[in-house]
Amino acid sequence: MKLVTGVIQPHRLDDVKTALEGAGVRGMTVSEASGYGRQKGHTEVYRGAEYTVDLVPKVRIEVLVTDEDVTAVTDAIVGAAQTGKIGDGKVWVVSVDDVARVRTGEHGDAAL
Amino acid sequence: MEFELDSGNTAWMITASSLVLLMTPGLAFFYGGMVRGKSVLNMMMMSFSSIGVVGLIWVLYGYSLTFGTDIGGVIGNPADFFGLAITDAESLMAAVGVPATVAAGYQATFAIITVALISGAIADRAKFGTWIAFAALWVTLVYSPVAHMVWGGGLLGPEGPIATALSVPIDFAGGTVVHINAGAAGLALALIIGKRKGFGTVAMRPHNLPFVMLGAALLWFGWFGFNAGSEFAADGTAGRAWLNTLVATGVAMLAWMATEKFRDGAPTTLGAASGVVAGLVAITPAAAAVDTYGSIAIGLVAGILCALAVGLKYKFGYDDSLDVVGVHLVGGLVGTVMIGLFATDNAESFGVWYPEGALNGLFYGGGAVQLVTQIVAALIAVVFSFVVTAIIAYALKAIMGWRISEEAEVSGIDLASHDETAYEVATGSTVTEVR
Repeated sequence: MKLVTGVIQPHRLDDVKTALEGAGVRGMTVSEASGYGRQKGHTEVYRGAEYTVDLVPKVRIEVLVTDEDVTAVTDAIVGAAQTGKIGDGKVWVVSVDDVARVRTGEHGDAAL
Repeated sequence: MEFELDSGNTAWMITASSLVLLMTPGLAFFYGGMVRGKSVLNMMMMSFSSIGVVGLIWVLYGYSLTFGTDIGGVIGNPADFFGLAITDAESLMAAVGVPATVAAGYQATFAIITVALISGAIADRAKFGTWIAFAALWVTLVYSPVAHMVWGGGLLGPEGPIATALSVPIDFAGGTVVHINAGAAGLALALIIGKRKGFGTVAMRPHNLPFVMLGAALLWFGWFGFNAGSEFAADGTAGRAWLNTLVATGVAMLAWMATEKFRDGAPTTLGAASGVVAGLVAITPAAAAVDTYGSIAIGLVAGILCALAVGLKYKFGYDDSLDVVGVHLVGGLVGTVMIGLFATDNAESFGVWYPEGALNGLFYGGGAVQLVTQIVAALIAVVFSFVVTAIIAYALKAIMGWRISEEAEVSGIDLASHDETAYEVATGSTVTEVR
């Protein structure tokens, strides 16, 4: 099993969610995040005083998948989140030892 | 003198008093939105507490100190109307049929807002008890004397030495008494109390700009009572003041936004709200003393100059946190001085007023005498307010101390001074004692 994590532009969330549903994903966890990559932050001006704001809002999506689905799911996120501009985000995959479904106590792929 | 009640004027003045009183809670929102989330409650409390402290002093001796029998051109006799023992015939507004109680109430709201304005210079760091003591001392030793000098028959009034030597200074609704006075006091306090920790390096951006906009809206609304009410009557001159309060304010807002657009790249909501207040401040002394074109010019100059002036604190290194100097002192000076250019009693400009003995401005054929008069009156107000405020501030620094501890300042004055937080979600808290 794998954990696919994507940090993406907030305005791409709806398209990514649709793409993941199309790839057969039945659940995900979404949280608000802030950070920066190569695009760095932006500046804000208050009564003439300029503030550099490094951290910009992002959305983090986490999906647990079986080993065979991992490429399809990763590609779905990348395909739907991509605008081609700096700041589009990252997607990464890590291995997961075990998963348990709380309601039934099932383990492994059956719990996904 | 026999008192004859004018119910129309009286109804307007009670309404106007309520409008002006609303400005102080409005100011609490304007200022509260501009500080960080950890000090919004303290900021709002400084405004609200002014209503309590100044209101109490006003009805006991403040009114009398301002409008009692003149002593040396500087102060009124506090014993004359102690506890507001005034007959209607002695009413400040007797000539227009407004009873003494209404006149005293209207003037109270001016003293309250003036004290509250100063608090913006010392955001995030002042001991609340010291602020309360300051409010009481300042309204007694600075506001009442300045208001007496201008409106109570003192040095800056129609019978004072400046009127004799030059011309009668024009201050329709409080450019010197309220804004120059509060601005100079704010500068003195900011210098004496010192900078916040991290001033100029740590980002101290406004935590709630919608609050700032809400506050600016309430201030503007209340200001119609401040300026149009200063006519003391429901007539065309009040209408002129109302119109100028609309136009100069709107123009100042546009001018501030345009300044930001050219200098910084975008017009901001904070800039729009600040432009509104700068315009209101500047038109206050001139509200019924200039015509349509004068009010447009005053709004334009105030919007641009105040937008540039708020940057001075970083250059000179004084932490006037919410720009009481940049907006109220500079705006008050703009309005007071520009009266000397635009004052007019031209009948065709409808409703304009100025006190007997005053002259037309430089651009309206009156020569430079009124301009010089306005500058002299403004300078006297600046110097008196700055010096006496500094004396009060140093005395309080020695007796009570001004600053909360550095830890309290960093973790937030709301929790340190009021045992409250504005937005923290209470986690893991239980009721441990009920009093």
